Amino acid sequence: MALDTDSVRRIAHLARLKVPDDQLDHLAGEISQILTFVEQLGAVDTTDVPPMTGMATQKLRRRPDVVTDGQIPDKVLANAPDATGGFYSVPKVVE
Amino acid sequence: MADLLSLTLAEARDALKAGETSAVDLVTAHVGAMERARPLNLFITETAEQALAMAEAADARRARGEAGPLNGLPIGVKDLFCTTGVLTTAGSHILDGFVPTYESTVTSKLWADGAVMLGKLNLDEFAMGSSTLTSYYGPTINPWSPRDGGGTGDGFARKLVPGGSSGGSGAAIAAGVGVGALGTDTGGSIRQPASFCGITGIKPTYGRCSRWGIVAFASSLDQAGVFGVTVRDCAILLTSICGLDPKDSTSVDLPVPDFEAALKDGVRGLKIGVPKEYRVDGMPAEIEALWQQGIDWLRAAGAEVAEVSLPHTHHALPAYYIVAPAEASSNLARYDGVRYGLRVDGKSIIEMYENTRGAGFGAEVRRRILIGTYVLSAGYYDAYYRKAQQVRSLIRRDFDRVFEGFDAVLTPTTPSGAFGLDNVPDDPVTMYLNDIFTVTANMAGLPGISVPAGLDHQGLPLGLQVLGRPFDEATLLRVAQAIEDAAAFKLAPPFNMRA
Repeated sequence: MALDTDSVRRIAHLARLKVPDDQLDHLAGEISQILTFVEQLGAVDTTDVPPMTGMATQKLRRRPDVVTDGQIPDKVLANAPDATGGFYSVPKVVE
Repeated sequence: MADLLSLTLAEARDALKAGETSAVDLVTAHVGAMERARPLNLFITETAEQALAMAEAADARRARGEAGPLNGLPIGVKDLFCTTGVLTTAGSHILDGFVPTYESTVTSKLWADGAVMLGKLNLDEFAMGSSTLTSYYGPTINPWSPRDGGGTGDGFARKLVPGGSSGGSGAAIAAGVGVGALGTDTGGSIRQPASFCGITGIKPTYGRCSRWGIVAFASSLDQAGVFGVTVRDCAILLTSICGLDPKDSTSVDLPVPDFEAALKDGVRGLKIGVPKEYRVDGMPAEIEALWQQGIDWLRAAGAEVAEVSLPHTHHALPAYYIVAPAEASSNLARYDGVRYGLRVDGKSIIEMYENTRGAGFGAEVRRRILIGTYVLSAGYYDAYYRKAQQVRSLIRRDFDRVFEGFDAVLTPTTPSGAFGLDNVPDDPVTMYLNDIFTVTANMAGLPGISVPAGLDHQGLPLGLQVLGRPFDEATLLRVAQAIEDAAAFKLAPPFNMRA
């Protein structure tokens, strides 16, 4: 699969990742190369093969649905680039 | 004690127990080594003060008769494990200034057993790479790099990569800084640097130890593990870090054996498979010869060795390069400039996200996020991710079938020895081929160990890999011990704190 620069720009936007225009072409080439590499899997017959969704043969454990943590707003906000009055601050979202 | 830095982890433990040295003396020696080894760029953050305080506490515990199994032993930690109050970067610019307010389960278990943290070791950014070249903090230098001048200065005739992503961990143990180190392995990130650095490294079975508090890369593949100079050292550390953790729903509730005690059982009567599909086109003759040597060693030690087939082996790498980027793109969505790390402002919140992530991620991480986003985007999920997960089932079935008749599988760890910093393939796919022998274990969730077995034509270390049944790390360690005994590998890199 060969990706063009418009596709790369679209994916980058989906990933919320700014990519300078002058790098789109190079990235499109690299990503196309990797996609070509992985597409050899198309030749593998996977009819009736279930996808692997977990490693363990055991069933997922259950736990009581109770609060085990909390009341630590200072710790939660300790690494925030910008926090005010017990909240994360971000650029204005609503006009 | 004549030379504290020449002791293996087991020897240091025994010397501490016998009162021949103290934790403060041992840790002081390793802190000195850490500082003198700075030309190798091993650590992102050195925690010398904390190490000495932990050493004093360890000596006090021993005096009270409360010494744990790792009491007073200095350990380096890959900077992917969250450590309370200590900068944790994942080798990325985007985690600038991130100081966790919590401790990963695996590191907690080490400290609970008395170990001492030396510092946070360098790695490829978010563990994505095989060389440490993608670290925001610059590459680590392999201590086996040929020297230009003696001593421990920064003169190298040629700089070699230590492997990756846990390259700081591998290089530190090879150079004699710390008696053991923590790493993580998503596609070979413990075994490949262990091979390149001439030490032993084990990735246990997926679920054997908790992933809680480890910066996530690809959650269905990531697993913590350990590095040591010897198989015994790895066995001791592994016993400490394994076990159920209610905070990680994929960690498994199984008893953790005393892995060190298992080593004495030897390999007599074990059946070892040699998978013909690992004999890849263009494999260097010296790798082939080393592999044959390993077969002969195990036969001489009393194991039965026979050829086996793992027919889906060559599909593991392409499947990995779908699964790993897909899961990475999802895991790395959390770095948004809001809750921690770097923020680059923008006019709107979307622009702030895009600017932050554009500036914070390096080229390899960006590439993988984009691939992952693409393969998970609407209309492509079945063709890529689902297909890759089906191929994983086939890879696992191959192994299950082999393990019906065999106890372990022997392969080379890497297709070559360490390469030069200046000799890095410029296309990503060639770089990815480094992982060709190691990714299968991650795809199938199996344990794997790399043990140094010999030197290549340039005098650089090469490892052999042993893969085993799920949760049968004990057998893996026994086979590795037999290889170690037969190989009598000499850990003597030119840049060596033991000298």
